[in-house]
Amino acid sequence: MGIRFILMVNKQGQTRLAQYYEWLTLEERRALEGEIVRKCLARNEQQCSFVEHRNYKIVYRRYASLFFLVGVDNDENELAILEFIHLLVETMDRHFGNVCELDIMFHLEKAHFMLDEMVMNGSVVETSKANILSPIQLMEKAS
Amino acid sequence: MSGPSLMDSLFQRSLEDIIKGLRQQLIGEQAFISKALDEIRKEIKSTDLSTKSTALLKLSYLSNLHFHDMSFAAFPALEVLSSPRFSHKKIAYHAISFSFHDSTPVLLLITNHLRKDLNSTNEFEVSLSLQCLSRIANVDLARDLTPEVFTLLSSNKLYVRKRAVAVVLRVFEKYPDSVRVCFKRLVENLENSDPQILSSVVGVFSELACKDPRSYLPLAPEFYKILVDSKSNWISIKVLKIFSKLAPLEPRLAKRVVEPVCDLLRNTGAKSLLFECIRTVVTSLSEYESAVRLAVGKVREFLMDDDPNLKYLGLQALRIVAEKHLWAVSENKEVVIKSLSDADPNIKIESLRLVMAMVSEHNVSEISRVLVNYALKSDPVFCNEILGSILSTCSRNLYEIIVDFDWYVSLLGEMSRIPHCQMGEEIENQLIDIGLRVKDVRPELVRVARYLLIDPALLGNSFLHSVLSAAAWASGEYVEFSRNPLELMEALLQPRTSLLPPSIRGIYIQSAFKVLVFCLHTCFVRGGSIVPSASLNNLPAGVSASASYESFDEFSVENGADVTVVHGQTRASAPITKESIVNLLNLVELALGPLLGSHDVEVQERARNLLGIVDLTKPEVLNSSVQEKDDSEGKGVETSQIIKLMHDAFSKELGPVSLSAQGKVSLPDGLVLKENLGDLEMICGDIEPPSSNSFSFGSPYEEKDGLSFSNLQIKEDSEQSNESTSLLAEHRKRHGLYYLPSGKSELISNDYPPANDPTLQCDINDNDDNLVKITAESLVPKRKPNHGKPRPVVVKLNEVDEKPVAMKQPESRDGSLSGAVRDVLFGREDIPPTSSQSNLSNKPSSKRKGKEKQHTDPHLESKENVIDDGNSSSRRKDRSHGKERRHRSPRKKNFEERKDTDQKEKEKSRRHHGRHKSRQRAEEPLKVTAQTPVIPDFLL
Repeated sequence: MGIRFILMVNKQGQTRLAQYYEWLTLEERRALEGEIVRKCLARNEQQCSFVEHRNYKIVYRRYASLFFLVGVDNDENELAILEFIHLLVETMDRHFGNVCELDIMFHLEKAHFMLDEMVMNGSVVETSKANILSPIQLMEKAS
Repeated sequence: MSGPSLMDSLFQRSLEDIIKGLRQQLIGEQAFISKALDEIRKEIKSTDLSTKSTALLKLSYLSNLHFHDMSFAAFPALEVLSSPRFSHKKIAYHAISFSFHDSTPVLLLITNHLRKDLNSTNEFEVSLSLQCLSRIANVDLARDLTPEVFTLLSSNKLYVRKRAVAVVLRVFEKYPDSVRVCFKRLVENLENSDPQILSSVVGVFSELACKDPRSYLPLAPEFYKILVDSKSNWISIKVLKIFSKLAPLEPRLAKRVVEPVCDLLRNTGAKSLLFECIRTVVTSLSEYESAVRLAVGKVREFLMDDDPNLKYLGLQALRIVAEKHLWAVSENKEVVIKSLSDADPNIKIESLRLVMAMVSEHNVSEISRVLVNYALKSDPVFCNEILGSILSTCSRNLYEIIVDFDWYVSLLGEMSRIPHCQMGEEIENQLIDIGLRVKDVRPELVRVARYLLIDPALLGNSFLHSVLSAAAWASGEYVEFSRNPLELMEALLQPRTSLLPPSIRGIYIQSAFKVLVFCLHTCFVRGGSIVPSASLNNLPAGVSASASYESFDEFSVENGADVTVVHGQTRASAPITKESIVNLLNLVELALGPLLGSHDVEVQERARNLLGIVDLTKPEVLNSSVQEKDDSEGKGVETSQIIKLMHDAFSKELGPVSLSAQGKVSLPDGLVLKENLGDLEMICGDIEPPSSNSFSFGSPYEEKDGLSFSNLQIKEDSEQSNESTSLLAEHRKRHGLYYLPSGKSELISNDYPPANDPTLQCDINDNDDNLVKITAESLVPKRKPNHGKPRPVVVKLNEVDEKPVAMKQPESRDGSLSGAVRDVLFGREDIPPTSSQSNLSNKPSSKRKGKEKQHTDPHLESKENVIDDGNSSSRRKDRSHGKERRHRSPRKKNFEERKDTDQKEKEKSRRHHGRHKSRQRAEEPLKVTAQTPVIPDFLL
């Protein structure tokens, strides 16, 4: 399992999206998110995007008011994960057009769907924006 | 149940309403959410699927982002799942993948829904259920749905197929027997040219290979092809990951791979791929000098880059290189040292680790110097990070890299004086540990301890209290090295010690006790035999016993010089005169008097002991100096005897005691350990610490007896005293260490590695008489440092033969998974397709098949084994693997039975070997030969 979880957190530390690829209880998740958010949000732009946490790493990146945090195993490629985050943002941007925090709040289900298209079982399976978005567009047309 | 009313569904709030409501926060978030939850609870019972699914959607949202339990909705989720509408299904799958887990009671009810959707013609439904399966599959689901997954593995819809491939990972993990069914198709997908499929299948293999690389060696040719042909960086990265696991196992593979990896390294423009290449080279291809050079060159570019990410990763890569190629670090030394003051704490820590990797016995003092300077300048967190890593590096392997312990001890002293230092406990441990282990360093240790103790400022820093306790303990225990015990006494009793916590204060008082006994002994017993004749004669007669202290002052000013000369012969320490002893006694009385009423038992009792001896000796001191020699003789002998005994007791060396030491003592006849000691422990074990009064006054006699007996080895008739001495030894041990924070003694003994050093064994015999052996040597294996060597001997213990630490066995799941993979892989290459094999692909229900195999295979395979020796070596291994599995998972009995019959002829030892081979990745050559037949040579 390369990717363990993906979080989107705003500047105030509120979780906007949480996707876990291993089962954690609500309490564990609450604790984990608290710790991670505290750790990562305290860092500034001049500092690197990788944080060691417990026995894994967090790769994060900030876009405007939103932090994208990805928890990965230790031998995962950090730069590739950064690229993955960027791809995710670009994909959402293409879909929503100038994506912002509100888009994710009000279309959480879609955001999850995109993630599911990209990641399965903790590994990245799809990296083409067109491929990721085509099912969603189909469904939107259908409904 | 509230009836489904039209009103409910008409006025149901949508998810959007909830989100808007949350944003407006009119009534507070918690209140709003609990209101919404109440509604959801009602709505979710509705029979209208739209209402139900909307409720479920809202609930998933609240659960996902606001941590609200949604387990009550497990069954409604299943109901929504059965809806024919896709949008409902989507919501249900979403909710299920979030909330279901292995212990969800209704988990098994989902099997049929999943099966139905897996067989659906709508690829999105299939995809949803695959996605869900990848999140929630447990053993049963994985087993029951294996046939469906197997079918989908060759689906002609790419969209479905890539998902089926990805889900296989979870299915394998949960139900290893599915490997026998699906593995072949999975491998076929490796040859697919579609990037989507390839990316998915390579991802699966990179995860699988992570857990058990050896099983996938036979697939190396396929991976190699992908590596060379791949156009996608994502895929290349995954394949590189696979190779970095495989290459160390098979040198020919490494040789083969190094070229393409270097090509990528030179030509790629993507930093992520570049970094993966670097990592592959430094972890797995580190024997190839040119490749490493190339990689280190790229690492250097990373280090020079302004991007903190690249810098961080560069440092990390450098740390991996450092294990085998230290030159790489030295070449980039300046960057590394400069990074110590980077703006990013993570980069700082990374460069600190690198610096520590460079430490060797030659540069340790230089590097520590630099680091301590950095520590002085940096923020508290990083400062302690630095101190912590100095401490752990230097103490590694029993202070392996330390040659000059005097330097190290003073470094410890210096470190504890750094303002931000919070490593007190570690420093404390090391000070005491070194004191116990390294005899030569004790004078310096006492000097450092004094330096810490006499500074009243340090008492105010609570982080240093534990260091001070170590200093107090050391200066009490090794007081004979002190230049000025009197000054030490003052330091130990200074008023600011009231700032210490009681436990440490107890140690201070106990140390003061030791110092006092030492002074008295020096003055009266050692000096006593000489001094009185030399100096007491000069006493001005007629000074009364009640003389004021002033008159004593005068007296000793006169006599001081004489006494000093006498003592100067024994040791070069400050003069201990009678006058100073009197001052000392007064000081003790003054300082400890108030503590008699202390609320802390420790402190009070220690103080009482100390004052007890003051009371005992004070009249004597006053008398002996004043009265005629003849008068005081009777009592004086008694007192000085007591002092002597106590001094002896304290001067016995505390050796480190191995955890297992007690086990080495053979039980003397007639000693009923359980009854007596069990009771004893119950009585005094946790109620009261051993009273030092009874110890110091009563036991030394016995101890002496025991000593002589123990030197003669244990005789039968010495049972009595032997028992008492071992008790005493115990007592002494506890006594000495007791006042250090609890857990200390354990900590120390835990640290002892199994050191089977024969030379140390000899050292025991060299012990001079001063070293008191408390009971049989085997109980307390002490070693004295050898003075001849440049590096002082560090006492180690002969641990009882430590059993080779049982290798951490992979979890049974993994074990059985890789076993299954091997069966399939090696079976694929070795065994010509048999009837059972074709069964395997036709009828993908593995359980039944297992049984069939059981009937057909044994003869076939055992025959093969007899004839075909070339292949058997590799097969033997996976068979034995299976054997092992049998013990752990009875569920797969029927497979194992088959193996049992295979195994029968093979000797046990071989089987063991086989198992070890598959487990121990360290023994390369053996394993490689075992593997060789499997890998087609032409490809490597």
